[in-house]
Amino acid sequence: MNTVIKVENLSKQYRLGELGTGTLSHDLNRWWHKIRGKEDPYLKVGDLNDRTTKGSSEYVWALRDINFEVKQGEVLGIIGKNGAGKSTLLKLLSRVTAPTTGAIKAKGRIASLLEVGTGFHEELTGRENIFLNGAILGMTKAEIRSKLDEIISFSGTERYIDTPVKRYSSGMRVRLAFAVAAHLDPEILIVDEVLAVGDAEFQKKAIGKMQEVSKGGGKTVLFVSHNMEAVQNLCTRGIVLSNGGLQLDSTIEECFKAYLGNTKQGGELSKSYTLDNAPGNFNAKLLSAKVINEHDPGSFFTTGTGFSFEFDIYNQIGGIQQLDITYHLFDERGILIYVGSTAVSHEPQKYGSGFLNIKTSFPPNILNEGIYTIGRLLLVKNRGHIMTEWKDVLSFEILPLSNGYIGASGGKEGVLKIYNLPWDISYTN
Amino acid sequence: MKTQEEDWTLVIKPSSGLFDLQLKEVWRYRDLLQMFVRRDFVAVYKQTILGPIWFFLQPLFTTITFTIVFGNIAGISTDGVPPLLFYMAGIVGWNYFAECLNATSTTFIQNANIFGKVYFPRLIMPLSIVVSNLLKFGVQFILFLVLLGYYILSGAYIQPNLTILLVPFLIILMALLGLGFGMLISAMTTKYRDLKFLITFGVQLAMYASPVIYPLSTLPEKYKVYILANPMSSVIETFRYAFLGEGTFSWMYLGYSTLFAMLVFTLGVLIFNKVEKSFMDTV
Repeated sequence: MNTVIKVENLSKQYRLGELGTGTLSHDLNRWWHKIRGKEDPYLKVGDLNDRTTKGSSEYVWALRDINFEVKQGEVLGIIGKNGAGKSTLLKLLSRVTAPTTGAIKAKGRIASLLEVGTGFHEELTGRENIFLNGAILGMTKAEIRSKLDEIISFSGTERYIDTPVKRYSSGMRVRLAFAVAAHLDPEILIVDEVLAVGDAEFQKKAIGKMQEVSKGGGKTVLFVSHNMEAVQNLCTRGIVLSNGGLQLDSTIEECFKAYLGNTKQGGELSKSYTLDNAPGNFNAKLLSAKVINEHDPGSFFTTGTGFSFEFDIYNQIGGIQQLDITYHLFDERGILIYVGSTAVSHEPQKYGSGFLNIKTSFPPNILNEGIYTIGRLLLVKNRGHIMTEWKDVLSFEILPLSNGYIGASGGKEGVLKIYNLPWDISYTN
Repeated sequence: MKTQEEDWTLVIKPSSGLFDLQLKEVWRYRDLLQMFVRRDFVAVYKQTILGPIWFFLQPLFTTITFTIVFGNIAGISTDGVPPLLFYMAGIVGWNYFAECLNATSTTFIQNANIFGKVYFPRLIMPLSIVVSNLLKFGVQFILFLVLLGYYILSGAYIQPNLTILLVPFLIILMALLGLGFGMLISAMTTKYRDLKFLITFGVQLAMYASPVIYPLSTLPEKYKVYILANPMSSVIETFRYAFLGEGTFSWMYLGYSTLFAMLVFTLGVLIFNKVEKSFMDTV
């Protein structure tokens, strides 16, 4: 197969902060270096693009020395967390902005769908906007006219086609815009996050169209989306970007694994204290708390992994007492979703003062993706008296698993991820 | 083995030469230019009752105001030409230049939204502005011709002459000047917005430094040089001379304006082209 895109040592530098008088002095300095035939002084500086750490330089490299090739007919998924450089790469590919160094070489027309509906004019009708948008994307009038009926029927907005676009719902707008773009017929198509909107039926249509474009027509597609399901369905190959660099160039499965692997696990997965600084009161102290991946300790949590909680408590209540441990699990919106307690599952147990090690496990495929918190941990005496209460003990993030079920909207569908509950449907006529 | 591997149709590099204008691509996107012109024309007067009549009303009222203020109250001479015709000739010409300039000068900032998402030759934008303003100018020009016809029929002393043949050339000069200045300013305002504040009232002030509201002939010699330094001055004077038979027509003045227009236009295109590549990072 032919190589249709070749990216060589591609870098893009951005300046952070506001543009002000400092910009002018940098510009003058740059110009002064240039007329003396010296190298741009600001090209040497610059931090890697990690937005979470405070850098030392005003310049960052949104992309640094990227190299890859794309063959004809490939659907390349570009994966990376926010700020990894995906959008910058697409912007360079679609010529919205120029690279700082390096080059991109391509064969054939590149069309981009960096957010559909670009250049839609509110006052113009759907039909007029098809022509305008098509022309912006590089179609000639004759081309658009020959595909007009197809575009309108693909969009499913026949009824509104002669109504100004300002009266459209956002879903209709996307449908119309995607319909125009889908009929572009470029050799290389760049798609970014389009599928985020539109209903399930339309998403299916859109994905189908993209598959058809790449398989049938030998067209090349570059695809960026956070919808892992869509990425996995569509793409044959992938690249993973991380902090502006190319981390991996491989099959989409490998890329997906790498992406999940380098996603920082959000939350506070473990805590430990010494007796002196342990939180608690005169009844008890919390010495340690942690949440562990049961299948693969040390690895990240997904919706498919079971996990266990482990607590070490130093009990200093005098005498032998009947004690229970209770934890409250909250989701990211602060809603209490589960209470786990030995009081519900165990016969009463009595303990003297000393060290208690408590383990409890939570099965896989119950919780959906999200951030969960053990907001309260309680030591309870005689099934009713709270002796000690700890707040915000642990938090952990559960990542979506690609091969699981993803709801019609592609997003999170509720807190619970339980699909195998029995149903009984009867039908009478 | 230099086979088709080297046969790239598109190479995206940091920056290209100053003279790499990619006019071929501009030509390929000519339909887009047409769409933009159509958009400007259709969209502006949607949801208005009078619609395109606004094209007439604006210069008409300006003319009437000028006639009252400058002609009647201030008593500025119009070289014996009916004041309505005198002012309208100036306004129609000046408007074309001024609107080209004003609209072009905000090209990058106004269209940052589109430019940030999709590529097309950026030159299309200012070109479409010039063309859609040309249509507007055409409409206003017809209004002027109707008024002219009315005065001639009613026996006013007006002598249109062969200089009329120069009118298309004058229009081109106005377009080049508006476009050239506009593109220069547009390119310069992407990073530093200072010029933006200058431009709106600057254009207005420049009108008073051109013979829109007074004939060049009434000026004292020592001021003439300054007024003629404005490249629009001889264009307006020639325009007026062609239709009304009054005014100053000189090949030398016109030659100066032509040179000036070509220079500004060339400079404008080059700098615009230089900036368009990475303006998204600074706009």
